[in-house]
Amino acid sequence: MQGVPLSWYLILSAILFALGVAGFLFRRSIITVFMSIELMLNAVNLSFVAFSYQFKQVDGHLFTFFVMVVAAAEAAVGLAIILTVFRNRATLNIDEINSLKY
Amino acid sequence: MPANLFPAPVEIFRFLPEIILALGGTLIMVLEALTGDRQPKNALGHVSLAALFAALVAAVAVHGSPGPAFSSMLLVDGFATFFRVVVIAVGILTVFSSYRYLSREGANTGEYYALVLFSVAGQGVMVTANELIMIFIGLEISSIATYVMAGLLRDDARANESALKYFLLGSFATAFLLYGIAFLYGATGTTNLTAIRETVLRADGPSPLLLGLAAALMLVGFGFKISSAPFQMWAPDVYQGAPTPVTAFMSAGPKAAAFAIFLRVFVTIFEPIGDRWEPIIWVFALASMTIGNFAALTQSNVKRMLAYSSIAHAGYVLVALCARSDIGTAAAMFYLAAYALMNVGAFAVVAYICGKGEKYVGIDDLAGLGSRRPAVAAALTIFLCSLIGVPLTGGFFGKFYIFKAALESKLIWLTVLGLLNSAVAAYYYLRMLVVMYMREPGEATENLEPLPAGLRTALFTSAAGVLLLGIFPSRILEFAVQSAKLFGR
Repeated sequence: MQGVPLSWYLILSAILFALGVAGFLFRRSIITVFMSIELMLNAVNLSFVAFSYQFKQVDGHLFTFFVMVVAAAEAAVGLAIILTVFRNRATLNIDEINSLKY
Repeated sequence: MPANLFPAPVEIFRFLPEIILALGGTLIMVLEALTGDRQPKNALGHVSLAALFAALVAAVAVHGSPGPAFSSMLLVDGFATFFRVVVIAVGILTVFSSYRYLSREGANTGEYYALVLFSVAGQGVMVTANELIMIFIGLEISSIATYVMAGLLRDDARANESALKYFLLGSFATAFLLYGIAFLYGATGTTNLTAIRETVLRADGPSPLLLGLAAALMLVGFGFKISSAPFQMWAPDVYQGAPTPVTAFMSAGPKAAAFAIFLRVFVTIFEPIGDRWEPIIWVFALASMTIGNFAALTQSNVKRMLAYSSIAHAGYVLVALCARSDIGTAAAMFYLAAYALMNVGAFAVVAYICGKGEKYVGIDDLAGLGSRRPAVAAALTIFLCSLIGVPLTGGFFGKFYIFKAALESKLIWLTVLGLLNSAVAAYYYLRMLVVMYMREPGEATENLEPLPAGLRTALFTSAAGVLLLGIFPSRILEFAVQSAKLFGR
């Protein structure tokens, strides 16, 4: 393979995934947390495409389509859940959503 | 290859249970739209029951023609049939215990029953999956439907919170699992489990680094899904806030299916690097049992206590996985079946007691149940005895086989610590029994409605199942042992 080596793609994908994890753990707005999950999924997609290109196969490409479809379904359900939470509490700060006992 | 373009009839037959469930769910959604808002929706529940029973029959019938389907995307073997039956049974018991609860909360809608069917269909895909894509798709079909079920009561702030936490943590876990799948694909160049297994076993196999990374990431994903420590923190909140029948469902069905793919993946394709992951599972198992049992000791809310106890039970099943033997796999299968029955049963009792708005979910609210509703109290006693592991119940033989498998694999310390844990667990289960039989009836038990027919069916069926597994365990266990051997090896 000429051009960009596989490891670069994998490193970029790992950085994006780590950013997503960090965002999930440290951001306080539910919407940002949700976006962090999407970032993680897209980081994984990048890995799939890179591996797929490396192997000269389509399996990895196919996988990314499935991931995108599922991510869309998840977004539909997730945003609906976030909306009901907001209607009941008028807040999107994750620290204030703690009515269940610890 | 025009011959392969269309699947053979036998391949469609092997997928029949999931087809029935998906069509049933779609039918219910259409009927829901046609019947209008004023109609009572119990009839739609009956439709979902019919679909579930048909799927159960199909799952058993399909066992007669085992083999792969759809270019080896799915694999019907004994292992798949076993878990198919378990998840469909959990679906049936859930529907039976939901009728009264839902109409009490004013949420007896068709979409609930449709979602149960879709979730069970997803779990069916999971347990038959022989391909990483199918594992992922099945997991998501099951999870997304369950997220909605957890948030079914839209105006209940606790249920919203539960759904939100379940959704966020569940998607987070899925991303880890998916990253692991990407590395597994990168290491082996294929997504088919059988082909991956062949590649892994070759001398010039995949790089151990990539394989180890894949195993680690998938372990995180599965750890969340089965609520094993150290990924258990979401479970108590989610189980407590969700509507009780939904809690019963998600603590049994999705968990059993997640364990099924966990076992399939780790016992087949990651088996060659077993020496690396065994110590990690060892720690996870011990941590789950200890954290679950000790946290459960101090709970006053029944649902939350059962949530911690379900973390502990995930720990026991991990002990069986740690044994890394066929007998260990069989023990895990048996335990999951027993666990599903006793846990759904215990939550069904909570669904009966809790009253409108889940006012009565404290352990003290069980006071006097023994004198007011002896039959319900007897059923709960059976479930609790089984959760403790008293002989003549399914829970006893489940634990017995698990620790036997662990001893055969020389896991002496894990066995000892696990047994000590069971003794700790006996305390909080027995406390419920004491409150139920020794205390005077309180506000909750004074005004109990008569036991509705659906709940009665759910309670007595699961109680009978628990006793059946405890008195005649050998047939089920034999089936599990045979299936564990098939297991792609």
